[in-house]
Amino acid sequence: MSGVRVLVGTRKGAFILTSDGHRQKWDVSGPHFGGWEIYHMKGSPVDPNRIYASQSSSWFGQVIQRSSDGGKTWEPVGNQFAYEGDPGTHQWYDGTPHPWEFKRVWHLEPSLTDADEVYAGVEDAAIFRSRDGGQSWQELPGLRACQGPKWQPGAGGMCLHTILLDPQNPLRIFIAISAAGAFRTDDGGLTWRPINQGLRSEYIPDPNAEIGHCVHRIAFHPSRPDVLFMQKHWDVMRSDNAGDLWREVSGNLPSDFGFPIDVHAHEPETIYVVPIKSDSEHYPPEGKLRVYRSRTGGGEWEALTNGLPQQDCYVNVLRDAMAVDRCDPCGVYFGTTGGQVYASPDGGDTWSAIVRDLPAVTSVEVQTL
Amino acid sequence: MVRVILPLHLRTLARVDGEVEVAVEGAPTQRTILDALEARYPMLRGTIREHGTQQRRAFLRFFACNEDVSHQSPDEPLPSPVAAGVEPFMVVGAISGG
Repeated sequence: MSGVRVLVGTRKGAFILTSDGHRQKWDVSGPHFGGWEIYHMKGSPVDPNRIYASQSSSWFGQVIQRSSDGGKTWEPVGNQFAYEGDPGTHQWYDGTPHPWEFKRVWHLEPSLTDADEVYAGVEDAAIFRSRDGGQSWQELPGLRACQGPKWQPGAGGMCLHTILLDPQNPLRIFIAISAAGAFRTDDGGLTWRPINQGLRSEYIPDPNAEIGHCVHRIAFHPSRPDVLFMQKHWDVMRSDNAGDLWREVSGNLPSDFGFPIDVHAHEPETIYVVPIKSDSEHYPPEGKLRVYRSRTGGGEWEALTNGLPQQDCYVNVLRDAMAVDRCDPCGVYFGTTGGQVYASPDGGDTWSAIVRDLPAVTSVEVQTL
Repeated sequence: MVRVILPLHLRTLARVDGEVEVAVEGAPTQRTILDALEARYPMLRGTIREHGTQQRRAFLRFFACNEDVSHQSPDEPLPSPVAAGVEPFMVVGAISGG
């Protein structure tokens, strides 16, 4: 292990932070693609120098960038995301039919086995795959066949924001959509099914509906992909059977509303969330920025505050803005809408801002090199 | 040759400084200019016109000889000074956002 590279997407460009294994001193490069919204960047597990970035703007639409040298140089690749066939309509906010329209790529998930294969989660919700390094993209339309006309956007849009590739079963993929819910394929993306049983959402007509839940993020430990953790609009949830059934593990959290959730690199039962006061007050309770850690897979939570602002703090942490490294001890990272990226080199015990005053952070990913 | 002026972000994306020139056969139109531009700079596909529909993106405008030609037919010939390379064809981003 030679170091750590943190890929930071912001509202006005991308930044790359690098450090050695001690993770005390950080070099910052950027902004890359200055002025553009970078919803997500992620490196290939097969070739860490292969990094994909989603670059977009209201003026110029979607661009996908690819680096083959760890983010030093970039080349634009394919940006055509065409739905298969006539995509028809989904439900609009008021329940009326609304045409399916591509808006942007929220999340890029490189394959676990092929640096040229990468998945894209897009708004309006769909999953695309490229097998030529991002030059061309093909939808996996079986997902939209899964009651797509009944899906409805969340406040941030109808985005497919989470893609989890099962390292033990190459045919299994988990995805999550706001505000349709979580879905799983067991045949490589041909067919999908909702995995929302056990979720309860009081803000929808049927709180126990098969679809319609506002899932904010799901995560697993690679050694145990059947154990899923979820931060929902409200509620932190857990499933021990690949999403077939969920149970609430919010426990003693000060608020069970939030966006990100992640799992410790070496302790599959250690998970992290960042509680936010409420759905209408997207900032930490009491103005105190606290990461909450559970060492019991949920239920019992402890506040992590050492090095984090404990007064007058009103930032948010977005759904893709938390990640862990694979160093020992495990490092934990998150970025805020206030432009700070905080890091803990000791599993959350102590924190410091490794960069501050960036544009609002949309995503954080970590590569352990 | 037709001169084309692009907004900053598209110049950066296409890795060009200042205005660019493209060769267009016959009387230039929005469509033939943009077709030639995208053929020379493929990374601009989808950033000025939508993929598939080829519709102008909503926050962009096209100007020629100080006239807003955005709502003209994409196949309508542009003024002769554009064809002669005297005046540029301009792609302009809306003043909005934050």
